[in-house]
Amino acid sequence: MGTAVFNPREDQLAEHTNGSTKNYLNAGFSAKSWLLTIDHKRIAILYLLSITFFFFIGGIFAVLIRLELLTPQGDLMQAETYNKMFTMHGMVMIFFFLIPSIPAVLGNFLIPLMIGAKDLAFPRLNLLSWYIYFIGGLFTLAAIVFGGVDTGWTFYTPHSSTYSNTNVILAAVGVFVSGFSSILTGLNFLVTIHKMRAPGLTWFRLPLFVWAHYATSIIQVLGTPVVAITIVLVGLERLFHIGIFDPKLGGDPLLFQHLFWFYSHPAVYIMILPAMGVISEIVTCFAKKKIFGYSFIAFSSIAIAVLGFLVWGHHMFTSGQSNYASLVFSFLSFLVAIPSAIKVFNWTATLYKGSVSYQAPMLYAIGFIGLFTIGGLTGIFLGTLAVDVHVHDTYFVVAHFHYIMVGGAIMAYLGGMHFWWPKITGRLYPEGWARFSSLVIFVGFHLTFFPQFIVGYLGMPRRYHVYPDEFQILNVLSTAGATILGIGYLIPLIYFLWSLRYGKKSSTNPWNAKGLEWEQAASPPIKQNFEVTPVVLEDAYEYEPKVWLK
Amino acid sequence: MNKGFQLFPDQASTMAGQVDALYFFLIAVSVFFSVLIFFLIYLFAVRYRRRSEEEVPKEIPGLLKLELVWSIIPLLLTMVAFAWGASLYFDGYNPPDNALEIYVVGKQWMWHIQHPTGQREINELHVPMGQPIKLTMTTEDVIHSFYIPAFRMKKDVVPGRYTTMWFEATKPGQYHLFCAEYCGTKHSEMIGKVVVQEPADYQNWLSGGTANESLEVIGEKKFQQFACHTCHVDKPNARGPSLVGVYGKGVRLRDGRSVIVDEAYIRESILDPNAKIAAGYKPVMPTFKGQVSEVGILQITAYIKSLAQDGSN
Repeated sequence: MGTAVFNPREDQLAEHTNGSTKNYLNAGFSAKSWLLTIDHKRIAILYLLSITFFFFIGGIFAVLIRLELLTPQGDLMQAETYNKMFTMHGMVMIFFFLIPSIPAVLGNFLIPLMIGAKDLAFPRLNLLSWYIYFIGGLFTLAAIVFGGVDTGWTFYTPHSSTYSNTNVILAAVGVFVSGFSSILTGLNFLVTIHKMRAPGLTWFRLPLFVWAHYATSIIQVLGTPVVAITIVLVGLERLFHIGIFDPKLGGDPLLFQHLFWFYSHPAVYIMILPAMGVISEIVTCFAKKKIFGYSFIAFSSIAIAVLGFLVWGHHMFTSGQSNYASLVFSFLSFLVAIPSAIKVFNWTATLYKGSVSYQAPMLYAIGFIGLFTIGGLTGIFLGTLAVDVHVHDTYFVVAHFHYIMVGGAIMAYLGGMHFWWPKITGRLYPEGWARFSSLVIFVGFHLTFFPQFIVGYLGMPRRYHVYPDEFQILNVLSTAGATILGIGYLIPLIYFLWSLRYGKKSSTNPWNAKGLEWEQAASPPIKQNFEVTPVVLEDAYEYEPKVWLK
Repeated sequence: MNKGFQLFPDQASTMAGQVDALYFFLIAVSVFFSVLIFFLIYLFAVRYRRRSEEEVPKEIPGLLKLELVWSIIPLLLTMVAFAWGASLYFDGYNPPDNALEIYVVGKQWMWHIQHPTGQREINELHVPMGQPIKLTMTTEDVIHSFYIPAFRMKKDVVPGRYTTMWFEATKPGQYHLFCAEYCGTKHSEMIGKVVVQEPADYQNWLSGGTANESLEVIGEKKFQQFACHTCHVDKPNARGPSLVGVYGKGVRLRDGRSVIVDEAYIRESILDPNAKIAAGYKPVMPTFKGQVSEVGILQITAYIKSLAQDGSN
């Protein structure tokens, strides 16, 4: 958003970057200055540290799961332990890593910078959100430490409400509490995007990252309360035997599935929409060209958010729900595929006649497009009723959602971390290592999850501690891939930390990217983000200077 | 079962080939779009690689026509998948009238199977080839899911209600039976096998099997044991309605509604008798909840069904 002509401040900014000028990082060093901060950038860092912690906790569970599945017999752990492993892997990764990952770290950090605001609309609420997340995390950690929970992250009743003998309540409280963090963050973003845009920054000048977060926030605010209530109902049934879901008490177990998926399907979009926002930013920057089909990408985010609320029943095609309900849910699920396809085509078209360069963020973005395409297309298989009857609850589903969640969301998260790392820390990461790690992750990912499509179609059910011998080869491949993938995730952790001290100092705009956060804010930004409130005079991504500005 | 390494599952039901055909269609569509996207990205990435930092590519304005093309073509293709998948789904979940009915009760962590002729099996299901089989299923505890990959068929087994599925096996042999819905500690051991036999072998198996009595005879004994017959007799002024010939027919209720007498209604009337009382009768029947198992209910149901067929008591 070039305002250079009217507001020439490059020199000033450079001074900030090179000198010892105050920025948000050196604005205070005490523990209090971090733990009681109301600066959205510092809160983003708090989230970054906590989600990284949970990512590695969830990762350890994944490693143990894959090790157990190396052989058909249950020789590493008991069935009970294995069931706790996949439960806690899912719970930690979904509620404590994926859902907060891009919104709470990158969204928190960038939305005010991208719209030219000093902070989010409610800075104290933002800090509260992190504390709520933290408390939810503590409950979940307690559930793990005191013996774990074995319901699967889906908490299906009546197993969770009546039969399970594990720490269901503790884990449920963790998920319940952390949900409020998600709701409040979404609310904060919505108000911020509505009320705090810089002068001249109209809706259709907003970066697509902001549009994606707007759509995500709608889901967080509208969907999360439903899962919170559902979890309370499970708790009531478990503690006080009030019949809601267990037929022995007069309840209906399918009611739980409807309520649960009413949130948990849209929750998939909470995880993937922000990722799409990141990819839109990276692709346009590294093609050095205005993104193709801006308004189609923007509206497709909104379309996904709205349609995403109408497809929950596609998790229940074999559940015994009415065949006609399945018919409607199948139809609507196909509709939600279209806006995703539109995004992929528009990103690809953006490269056409661009000036494409291949720094690590772009490699991650291209990796995302590839993996998301496969993840999305296999979603079509699952929306197709008769095929879903066969592959539902098999490894085919496991592979599909890992292509979306790990291949999609985590690739984008890492791409975004590389892209904005210079802005967040003021340092450059080592390019060679970053390109290498993106490749390792890409290869490791395919080797881990592609065999699962095959073993799933062969009929191997998910959540199996022991399995028939003929599935072993594919499981060995998968475990080998997971090892590579694990290494791929450790490399960035190491060089990111290394770069904090030894990385080259970054200029204000190392990628020559468009956008207020690059053109108008120092790296790292000052506490108030901008010296003066920016004024926006042009659309997003105007990489080709307009004649009148020349 | 216990074959070597395979890339593709056995086809052993009438449904299997049809689901696979649809699966291959979807693979073809997916490969086409993946290759298209990967090829274009590769092409653009090489052809339009940045040659100098100074170059400024020309902006290409959005093209409504292009957006419509790449929205509508995928939409049409998904509609093909939708219609094809839905039609197979309805076929797969609506049993034909001549299907042989077998009862399944899931329980942590085993499958209990009852044949109409009285044979019972645990974690094994013998079926004749070339004959449609309808499974009527419920569970004593949590949700399970009855899954036979070689038949491409699966249905959740839900406590508190009956679900049904059907298939027609086409190839003799032994096939995996899995519980597909996570059901607690030994979920992965809640497995078994489906044995598909030539009709003659199946008859042999039936006659050499464990059964002394057919399902309806066992059901009749249960009917006596729980003293159902003291009220449900085919006489005027009996305290309960006669059950002769009622199965499959409509019954008027006290509150004016009417209901079809099927497995679900019989099950409900045993466990929660006052929920739907037939017109002309009083709510005097006690519940048998906790006294009769799901297996027992199915046996009594089989007996009541038989009353509909031969009309005797």
